[in-house]
Amino acid sequence: MLKNRIIPCLDVKNGRVVKGINFVDLKDAGDPVEQAKIYSDGGADEICFLDITASNENRDTIYDVVERTSKNCFVPLTVGGGVRSIEDINKLLNCGADKVSINTAAVQNSKVVEESSKKFGSQCIVVAIDAKKNGDTWEIFTHGGRNSTGINAIEFANKIENCGAGELLVTSMDKDGTQSGYDIELMRKISSNVNIPVIASGGVGTLDHLAEGIKSGASAVLAASIFHYGTYSVKQAKQYLASKDIPVRI
Amino acid sequence: MNVTIVDYNSGNISSVINSFKEVAKDKANIEVTSNLNKIKSSDKVILPGQGSFKSCVDALNNIKGLVDTLNEFAINNKKPLLGICVGLQMFADIGYEETETKGLGWISGKVSKIDNQKGKYKLPHIGWNQINIVKDSKIFKDIENNSHMYFVHSYEFIPEDENVISATTEYSSNIVCSVEKENIFGTQFHPEKSDKIGLQMINNFINL
Repeated sequence: MLKNRIIPCLDVKNGRVVKGINFVDLKDAGDPVEQAKIYSDGGADEICFLDITASNENRDTIYDVVERTSKNCFVPLTVGGGVRSIEDINKLLNCGADKVSINTAAVQNSKVVEESSKKFGSQCIVVAIDAKKNGDTWEIFTHGGRNSTGINAIEFANKIENCGAGELLVTSMDKDGTQSGYDIELMRKISSNVNIPVIASGGVGTLDHLAEGIKSGASAVLAASIFHYGTYSVKQAKQYLASKDIPVRI
Repeated sequence: MNVTIVDYNSGNISSVINSFKEVAKDKANIEVTSNLNKIKSSDKVILPGQGSFKSCVDALNNIKGLVDTLNEFAINNKKPLLGICVGLQMFADIGYEETETKGLGWISGKVSKIDNQKGKYKLPHIGWNQINIVKDSKIFKDIENNSHMYFVHSYEFIPEDENVISATTEYSSNIVCSVEKENIFGTQFHPEKSDKIGLQMINNFINL
């Protein structure tokens, strides 16, 4: 039976993990490679890096991080943040990323998704949708949530599935950072409207939130802070989900 | 010992390279190439594959003499070969992804889209699923039945002769996820992304 995935996400800036970490046994708390290894040894089903490096000069740091991580972690690695072109995707995959997550570029020009999924296969193309509730519906935001687009998130999810996306990483901008749980309605709407797997993101504060995310129809749940600050380990999260009869890999 | 990973522009093979190098250490020399002479002289060959059945077959055919060299290696000389994902699927006679495409014809059968039961099951089949080992295979040495492996695919290999099946996995139907026919091995899952158990399987193949 296919298991629901738990995906810890690390924010990486200029090649370093951004948020502080409470793990005492880390030699270098800011090294994404070491952090990723701890997650994969702890049972993470995949690892996700979100590169939030602002300046173009330092963009190359992520390639080095991906390269070193892929030599140490033997679970799938997804990298997102600032991915604009086929060249960017090609470079990340060559460094050892297994999947690439595309956000702004996919919204601005769906051809990037069409072309990249043809060239590299849908299995490595994740489209990240950042959405904010607006009345009865959800609107897509780009550029790390700064720019509104007027695009309906549910309709966009369908469109981008048809362009060849292999998975959707759906983040609620309303919930992100609040630790009050996923936007369940958004996750339910999108996952019931597409035939590709949905990864729920944004808002996890407790282990029960992870369970709610899976029950909403998502195939995988992504979380940053709860793992990052050591509130819970991946293992604890899995044991909790298993106790709620949610199938996970233990 | 020389193990060659066939590099034929079949998509992203970094993880395959990294995992084999991690396991091989000083046991084996890992070569990544499409050089026909190097393939011929190697002891074992890995045939990876990502993207569509058609794109992989096209990519194989684009390198002059590669298919003949692989045939000689696996069929005539009967040296061990491991196909991963679409690498396994290409063992079939025919594949139906994009358009009807002829495969290598090493193991009779076809590759068709997984029945998602009218949308009840998501495709691609992505994530960790358990393998049901149905045949005592050397590549599953020290790997327990029902171990988890990492999958990502929308098409499945349906061999004509059930005796070649070494493991299956349960999704919308019972999917063939590992085959073995004499010296030819193939996995639908990705051992290179399946953590310690995947590395164990790679180790088993290198030690064959």
